Amino acid sequence: MSLEQFLQYVLSGVTNGSIYAMAAIGFNIVYNTTGIINFAQGEFAMLGGMTAISLSAFLPLPLAIALSVFLVSLVGALVDFAFIRRLGKPTVLNMIIMTIGLSIAIREVALHIWDEKVRSLPYFTGTEVSSINIFGAYISPQVLWVLGISGIIVAGLALFFRYTLTGRAMRACASNITAARLCGINTRNMVTVSFMLAAAIGALAGCIVSPITQTQYDCGTPLAIKGFTVAILGGLGNSAGAVAGGIVIGLLEAFSISVLPLAYKDAVAIAVLLIILFVRPAGLFGKKEAARLKEF
Amino acid sequence: MSLKKVIITLLCGLVMPFAFSCKKTGGDAIKVGAILSQTGPASFLGAPEAKTLQMMADEINSNGGIDGKAIDLIIKDSAGDPEKAISFAKQLIEEEKVFAILGPSTSGESMKIKGICEEAKTILISCAAAEVIVNPVARYVFKTPQNDRLAAERIYDVMKKKGISRIGVVSSNDGFGLAGKEQLEKLAPSKGITIAISEVYDKKATDLTGVLTKLKARGVQAVINWSIVPAQSIVAKNMKQLNMNIPLFQSHGFGNIKYVTEAGAAAEGIIFPASRLLIAESLPEDNPQKAVLVKYKKDYESKFNEDVSTFGGHAYDAMLILTEAVRKAGADSEKAREAIENIKGLPGTGGVFNFSAEDHNGLDINAFEMLTVKGGKFVKYEQ
Repeated sequence: MSLEQFLQYVLSGVTNGSIYAMAAIGFNIVYNTTGIINFAQGEFAMLGGMTAISLSAFLPLPLAIALSVFLVSLVGALVDFAFIRRLGKPTVLNMIIMTIGLSIAIREVALHIWDEKVRSLPYFTGTEVSSINIFGAYISPQVLWVLGISGIIVAGLALFFRYTLTGRAMRACASNITAARLCGINTRNMVTVSFMLAAAIGALAGCIVSPITQTQYDCGTPLAIKGFTVAILGGLGNSAGAVAGGIVIGLLEAFSISVLPLAYKDAVAIAVLLIILFVRPAGLFGKKEAARLKEF
Repeated sequence: MSLKKVIITLLCGLVMPFAFSCKKTGGDAIKVGAILSQTGPASFLGAPEAKTLQMMADEINSNGGIDGKAIDLIIKDSAGDPEKAISFAKQLIEEEKVFAILGPSTSGESMKIKGICEEAKTILISCAAAEVIVNPVARYVFKTPQNDRLAAERIYDVMKKKGISRIGVVSSNDGFGLAGKEQLEKLAPSKGITIAISEVYDKKATDLTGVLTKLKARGVQAVINWSIVPAQSIVAKNMKQLNMNIPLFQSHGFGNIKYVTEAGAAAEGIIFPASRLLIAESLPEDNPQKAVLVKYKKDYESKFNEDVSTFGGHAYDAMLILTEAVRKAGADSEKAREAIENIKGLPGTGGVFNFSAEDHNGLDINAFEMLTVKGGKFVKYEQ
């Protein structure tokens, strides 16, 4: 394999990996405050992309994306207000089933609002035919946007969780919800914030990948499955783990294509996931003790 | 006799006349079932097909039906799922007792219900392209889209003229993609083309840079992509992104202007075989298909406010053939089946149909025109 090809596979792997990582981070945020996997996470990305595409018809692109992210975060809040809060004493199982139901409902609503056709946002810079040469490997300028924005999201989240009161409160909920409540943290509100944050990140991810991957009413599910795989691989609830897991899966997929037929791409990723889970059941970066404490 | 039995007998007596009268009025309408993937990954096929059928049925009924018999169209949405297609086919045949079934939209679904319709002696006119649907011939099974083989031949002919001999093939892992891949691989040696690499991708694929990098490394002179899914636009975009400046050929699955819009500037110069519907207005006046193409395009676009696609055209042809047969032979499935086999020189959207007992598709290589994309529009490809 020549250096150019090697670099090309690396870039392809890292790009896909960072998309998976963003989906995984969405899972982790909700998981940390509620202990559940929000299976509607992929639909947030779809909604983000679709809303931004509709808004971009009469708004400048950055404004359309910002407004779309805001609207979808409201949808996230609504999901919590209308459903999660209403469950008196929810078990993990019925919360999970509820999110699966929600994901189906959101998909159907999107089908009725937007119809079944594929859409996409325009490229942020350049066009479909722009190509940037990096040491002999070629990428679309949009790939730089994807990498840049995911980097910013990860860094921003790290700062948010470390230095803001809300972020710290959410971390407190993650480590021990009863103790957090005893400290005077309104855990219910933290759940709402986590849904909003997860929805906003999902929506932003849906917008930045839309020019490359295109958006359709049912494009959320495959993304959610990959994101879930990555979240498990990195260790549920661990955002740095999600990034590492995403890049590991992305690179594995890319390099598996170079030696095996493309059809085995997903099989390779899942096989590696299984092996890692046999050796380290809590994921690459998950703590064993933490995993045992969770109900899930 | 107990009171209960008396009541039951009375009820039966009351209901029976209605049952008979129902059957009688039912005889005045021809029940036509349609199994289409209106939603799901193949929705871009099923949605325009369903709209087309509904539009045609309404038009026929408002003109007094076929010889006074109205068409009772029952559309079922299979969402592209072969299992659903099977259960809908059974339901339409056994419960609704339909006269004929139009669709399904995809080749995979069509193959699943081919045997069911043949066994039940129900006419099936498929809107899917794979040649295996009508080869081997099943007496009651027909299809309207052109054979994959013809499309593959047209593509190879253009390649030969351009001096291309070493190519890479990518196709989707659904019925359409796999059937096309098979035809391309079968025909290549006889046309002097070497397929250096042939890869299959998931029909929901959103990124194909990996596999295209592999193609690029093999030094191919052109790429053929064979699929009907949105990945068609992604292949075009990814190739430009990877700076692959070799010609991209697509299958007749590319015949939807939506894919050109999605691929934007990356779509320019894509060469693909398609039916003449896409260039209806620019056809010469003496073309036998012109009248039907222009009418369908105008009716569809004014009614639904969206661009016509060749897929809707396949449904148009299916309904056209069925009504032609019923007009000639009446609503008797055996006679209508024979009438379809005797249709000659019927201009449809996909080409001029000439059926026979051996040929249940009725189209030849002239059904395809090679098109290309210029300025975001489909135009005839000139070598």
